[in-house]
Amino acid sequence: MPKRVLLGLLLAGGLTAPALAQEPKTGGVINAVIQPEPPGLMLAQVQNGPVQMVSGNIFEGLLRYSPKLEPLPELAESWSVSEDAKTYTFKLKKGVTWHDGKPFTAADVLFSIEMLKQTHARARSNLVQVDKIETPDDYTVVFTLKQPFGPFLGIFEVGSMPIVPKHLYEGTDWKTNPYNNAPVGTGPFMFKEWQKGSFIRLVKNPNYHEKGKPYLDEIYWQIIPDAAARSVAYETGKVDVLPGGSVENFDVPRLSKLKDTCVTGAGWEFFSPLAWLWLNNRQGPLADKRVRQAIMYAIDRDFAKDVIWNGLGKVATGPSASTIKFYTDDVPKYPYNPAKAKALLKEAGYKGEKIRLLPLAYGETWQRWGEAVKQNLQDVGMNIETIATDVAGGNQKIGDWDYDIAFTYLYQYGDPALGVGRNYVSSNIAKGQVFNNVEGYSNPEIDKLFADGATATPDSKRKEIYDKAQKILVEDVPVAWMLELQFPTITRCKVKNLITTGIGVNDGFKDAWLDK
Amino acid sequence: MKQFWKSMLKSPSGVIGLIILLLAISVAVFGPMLFPNSPWRMVQRPFLPPFTLSTVPLGTDALGRDVFAGMIFGARVSLLVGLVSTLVALVVGVPIGAMAGYFGGKVDDALMRFTEFFQTIPSFALAIVLVAILQPSIYSIVASIAVVSWPPVARLVRGEVLSLRTRDYVQAAVVTGQSNSWIILREILPNALSPVIVLASLMVATAILLESSLAFLGLGDPNLISWGYMVGAGRTVIRQAWWITVFPGVAILISVLGLNLIGEGLNDALNPRLSREGR
Repeated sequence: MPKRVLLGLLLAGGLTAPALAQEPKTGGVINAVIQPEPPGLMLAQVQNGPVQMVSGNIFEGLLRYSPKLEPLPELAESWSVSEDAKTYTFKLKKGVTWHDGKPFTAADVLFSIEMLKQTHARARSNLVQVDKIETPDDYTVVFTLKQPFGPFLGIFEVGSMPIVPKHLYEGTDWKTNPYNNAPVGTGPFMFKEWQKGSFIRLVKNPNYHEKGKPYLDEIYWQIIPDAAARSVAYETGKVDVLPGGSVENFDVPRLSKLKDTCVTGAGWEFFSPLAWLWLNNRQGPLADKRVRQAIMYAIDRDFAKDVIWNGLGKVATGPSASTIKFYTDDVPKYPYNPAKAKALLKEAGYKGEKIRLLPLAYGETWQRWGEAVKQNLQDVGMNIETIATDVAGGNQKIGDWDYDIAFTYLYQYGDPALGVGRNYVSSNIAKGQVFNNVEGYSNPEIDKLFADGATATPDSKRKEIYDKAQKILVEDVPVAWMLELQFPTITRCKVKNLITTGIGVNDGFKDAWLDK
Repeated sequence: MKQFWKSMLKSPSGVIGLIILLLAISVAVFGPMLFPNSPWRMVQRPFLPPFTLSTVPLGTDALGRDVFAGMIFGARVSLLVGLVSTLVALVVGVPIGAMAGYFGGKVDDALMRFTEFFQTIPSFALAIVLVAILQPSIYSIVASIAVVSWPPVARLVRGEVLSLRTRDYVQAAVVTGQSNSWIILREILPNALSPVIVLASLMVATAILLESSLAFLGLGDPNLISWGYMVGAGRTVIRQAWWITVFPGVAILISVLGLNLIGEGLNDALNPRLSREGR
């Protein structure tokens, strides 16, 4: 029955091989920027980006994922799937202890899932297909699904399913538990102190379950609210690691050229942030498919990539980022072609009706992008009015469907069933929410394809289904896909092995070491 | 009137100020005719330094937009906001001040407490809050600048009216049974006008600065280019491309300076004591 028992072990061996090429050195302190200051560190209860980034060192998930999104062992050392793809058995690693010395067992996993179902919206929807969870012994967890769920092995990353200590949380009020402020996990680093507005300090876990790791003694997460000051902090040597998105894009080329500086776009494969324009399919000119296609032709996306994002990222071809599973580029293409856009607008009978554009209030880069897109659309004769707003105001407008075009970017979580379908299926049209099908696209065929895709087996069948879905969506242009974003991580070159998985910096610094 | 121009032209600062203002106004009025293209259009490669291409004499910004065209179109927004918001502030401030000064007593108390209410709030903070609440647009910006700049007008007019209303010719008008509005409009205000005009010229300058500061903070009208917006957008890349911020910054400096010089010239020309003594 078990068919993938050894897979995990094999992959683990493969991962450590490159590290052996250069012997890691032990010791040292790393200063990294965390932006913005996280609202808390209890990963099971708050999941903002900065929370994941810091807490990924403290907590662990059952699995990690390689840059190709294959599962790797973490708290689970092996796993198997039954022939009918409905039973998943995880063997947990023995000898793992919490930071307070208590042993980690299957009961903690069971308890974590119980908590996450109440506190973690994405985990809850990831677990919808789970019928029951059993723990035949202290080191075995068995998930039984109601029906096969293709992406199931992709939901065990630390940010999606952090494992929390049962003995510290059971029977307490989770929201007010004192350990929320000094979290206890199984991870390579332990929480030490947090000076609000200044820094968060993590120290090495001497009893970490992977022998010899972590290599670093301490991590200081420096909190610097101003973007320019963060760049300066790197230049002056106050910090050595600038995680993706912590400095403005136009500073990236300058910082990259500094001595002893290494830049990588890796470590975002699991999230695969994809930027697009919400197009309100319900009303006005954008209800016409030809107008939406015209928008795709009118926008110079290569310009956006080269000039606004300094050449980072990739022009999107459709609803899936090229880094996630079942991506296909065998879809209709929309190269920059203003003449074609004009012709389509004419054909659709567009007569200069006013169209409102909501840029994303995430700083300079997004503001400039909004201006460039507006100019592109005006050049083909569209009458665009930019609405200035802040993040909260923009979210409200989008959630209330009170917009025509709006910028956004969303994570895809490696699998179309987790991060793509949610934006296009009609069952996800719900007013008041920002990250669902806010464009109001409704197509029974797409609904069926995404429903089938999630539960179909084997993978070749899923691929067939998602290929078809991508083709239909790209033809219909429910939203205008812009770029697969890349948030470069900038480090001093002496920081080695920082990013080893598809989850990147959020996966913790357990493999990182300093070459002194 | 002739006398006024004569003394105005005698003051060097007034002349320089007038020349600058006329230049700025003609740029704002005629400039866009010479540049039919939108200043938002991306015309050249980004970060092109100034004086390298004759088509974009002042270089391009982070998106490859013409800095010179931006300055020309920006003049229009800056001056328009300055003039219109000052006008609105006068329309609000003058009647309130005049009524407070003329009627005195409870009316005065009520109106002045109301005015002080606005004066106790830091004006720039209030302007930011108003624009943020109303959503940035040219109308909300003009409105918020007017809201923060009328109280000084009201106080100034009240002071003038207070001193004028005890004059004999005003008392005479009261005795002959003229209506209050007639007395305020025909007898008092014309004589209170000269300090108001001087103040107004300085208010235009302040309004331009306020608009620039708002736009600098990202609270400008996103559909209109203005000098403050250009400085704000270029600020973050000042180490790579100084020209994006410097040129519009200089434009703000010169036009505000020009308006201040005019204010000084007006003061010289309209203040009879100063002009008679020839300073």
